[in-house]
Amino acid sequence: MSTHTDTTHGHGHDDHGHDHDSGHSPSTMKGYMTGFVLAVILTAIPFWVVMGHVFTSSATTASVVLGLAAVQIVVHMIYFLHMNARSEGGWNMLALIFTLVLVVITLTGSIWVMYHLNDNMMPGMMHDDAAAMKNMP
Amino acid sequence: MTMPDLTKLLFGRLTWEAIPFHEPILLVTFCAVALGGAALLGFLTYKRAWGYLWNEWFTSIDHKKIGIMYMVLGIVMLLRGFSDAIMMRIQQAISFGDSVGYLPPHHYDQVFTAHGVIMIFFVAMPLVTGLMNFVVPLQIGARDVAFPFLNNFSFWMTTAGAALVMMSLFVGEFARTGWLAYPPLSGIAQSPDVGVDYYIWSLQIAGVGTTLSGINLIATIVKMRAPGMSLMKMPVFTWTALCTNVLIVAAFPVLTAVLVLLALDRYVGTNFFTTEFGGNAMMYVNLIWIWGHPEVYILVLPVFGVFSEVVSTFSQKRLFGYASMVYATVVITVLSYLVWLHHFFTMGSGASVNSFFGITTMIISIPTGAKIFNWLFTMYRGRITFDVPMLWTVGFMVTFVIGGMTGVMLAIPPADFVLHNSLFLIAHFHNVIIGGVLFGLMAGITYWFPKAFGYKLDPFWGKCSFWFWLIGFYFAFMPLYVLGFMGVTRRMSHFEDPSLQIWFEIAAFGAFLIAIGIACFLIQLVVSYRRREQLRDYTGDPWNGRTLEWSTSSPPPPYNFAFTPIIHDGDAWYQMKQRGHERRLEGYLPIHMPKNTWAGIVLSGISLVIGFALIWHMWPLAILAFVSLVVTAIVHTFNYKRDYYIPADEVAREEAARTELLAAHV
Repeated sequence: MSTHTDTTHGHGHDDHGHDHDSGHSPSTMKGYMTGFVLAVILTAIPFWVVMGHVFTSSATTASVVLGLAAVQIVVHMIYFLHMNARSEGGWNMLALIFTLVLVVITLTGSIWVMYHLNDNMMPGMMHDDAAAMKNMP
Repeated sequence: MTMPDLTKLLFGRLTWEAIPFHEPILLVTFCAVALGGAALLGFLTYKRAWGYLWNEWFTSIDHKKIGIMYMVLGIVMLLRGFSDAIMMRIQQAISFGDSVGYLPPHHYDQVFTAHGVIMIFFVAMPLVTGLMNFVVPLQIGARDVAFPFLNNFSFWMTTAGAALVMMSLFVGEFARTGWLAYPPLSGIAQSPDVGVDYYIWSLQIAGVGTTLSGINLIATIVKMRAPGMSLMKMPVFTWTALCTNVLIVAAFPVLTAVLVLLALDRYVGTNFFTTEFGGNAMMYVNLIWIWGHPEVYILVLPVFGVFSEVVSTFSQKRLFGYASMVYATVVITVLSYLVWLHHFFTMGSGASVNSFFGITTMIISIPTGAKIFNWLFTMYRGRITFDVPMLWTVGFMVTFVIGGMTGVMLAIPPADFVLHNSLFLIAHFHNVIIGGVLFGLMAGITYWFPKAFGYKLDPFWGKCSFWFWLIGFYFAFMPLYVLGFMGVTRRMSHFEDPSLQIWFEIAAFGAFLIAIGIACFLIQLVVSYRRREQLRDYTGDPWNGRTLEWSTSSPPPPYNFAFTPIIHDGDAWYQMKQRGHERRLEGYLPIHMPKNTWAGIVLSGISLVIGFALIWHMWPLAILAFVSLVVTAIVHTFNYKRDYYIPADEVAREEAARTELLAAHV
């Protein structure tokens, strides 16, 4: 609900009808179908990889699934959220980059901190933990 | 089903035992609150004020009124948070050797937890959000925020969180874990009672409000600036508000997630933060500080903006180094995500990790230092008038620099191993939060009060408040630096070594000076109201201001600006005055405005019930309240009468009245 729907209030960029701005991926049937088909494919492959025991190493499986998930995110952003480098005057891209930076900081930072913590504080248990995890159901 | 079973089903853990009849301090407090509350309710009923409050305030979606309500919430909670503070200071001053003081440890632990939680979440946050809410749309020439209903809803969610904390005083108890509720102490094994649950749910409910208000203000600043106001022409306060809200939106989900995990540990027996099944309590500490450190900057960035506005206005100069101020703010925004580990150097991540975070922490003092120099250079050769906002600003610059330096000391990991968890740390963060955030809020309140109410605050009582706060602060916290160096740890309710007592007595004396400072502020509000005719400001621009909010009347009309201003310069209003700007007096158009709604207060009221039910394990009530929350939200979506037009002749009448006032008084 915007208070600024009156014409007396001009903006640098338009509030309304942002689906029709130039610089967006068009929200057409074709666009949505492409997105949908890609999303289905990108979901089906991980299922196949896991169910069909395609790789012997579970680490490989996990990284393939994670990699496809990342691609899936990009597909959603382009075809469903209509994001590109120019949408909303570049604000979408800026927000995306900022988010990525923070997510990377948070994840790598946490892993780094916790790994060193375990290494320093529980040197003997690191190994046991890994072994114990394998035995868990 | 037997009677006890039914009672247990309906009331969960809540029994008469939960009401603290056996604690005289709480009982007296309860009686005082109940009497005061009844008197207030009676007075409002007698004055027939309920309809007025409901129609003009509670359901209002006007960003100015919501901003003022945030301020009222913050000030009320300040009184609660401060009474906790003074209770702790008295306890520590008398509890030596054979004397155990007057607070049993069980109660003392709740007091220090409540003090921290309330001061950060329900004093500093509402006051900061309130200022941003009130000022930002006016500064960018907008008529309201981007999502006016959401704004009202955010406010009431914050209030519901505050109400839940207050309820813990009289029904059950509050957490005894410290303000961040570290597990395993906050886990179900060590804290089986309701305290931590009150903590979790009050923060979750208030967190919804904070996050939504962050989204709202970002959208407002990005989308609703007056034509011509490019990013680098935005007032500095708006810039800091933008960065703060970006931090809120990025950081608060982390807090929400951490508290959800803690709640799962407590409610359904998961093991995220226990010591079993691969759980790790240290992960909680890691995650909560990923939120917690940006939170510090969420509080302090907007007040940096306040100081920038105040310094430039009262030095009658353009702000020195506007661009560097903006870049410093943005750099702080990003860097604030890279320092969180300095809150737990001693946890044992080792030299490489500690040195990385120690260095990033020291780096963050560079943009902050640049800001201090910018303010100093703005004052240099300015025509400075020492009005009350400027006093707070100068007090801040002296005090905050000391706090910043002790912060850099704590950023050195070897030094932190000595000072961690000591009173030195307590002195440090009070030094930056009181000397920074609180002084800034007081400066902001004094500065924008005439805009909000149409009359200035009485300067005599303002000066009294400032001096008592400033001197009281030094008396209260410098002794804690000394004690910290001696190795005295925080959160102690009793000491054996009598040689320490004198320092605690000095600190308690300081707390009493601060109490007088708060009293002076309250007196100032009353005195100013009674002298409002003498203090009246007819111009709308009492301080010879430089930004757009001073171009409209005080208090501004509901629509803020009859015509959307067009911006050519950074200090937009100052430049308009220089050009001999004339108010446009004709050609008014109907103005499209949002309509008041009951939905915000009702949804938050139901959320409060859900929180209370979850705390006490009243499952049927929780389910019922949740269903009614969803139903109410859906019903609200069918309310299509969300907007209206202020007719052109009403705008004309309002503006003509202002023209008359200006002609009569200026």
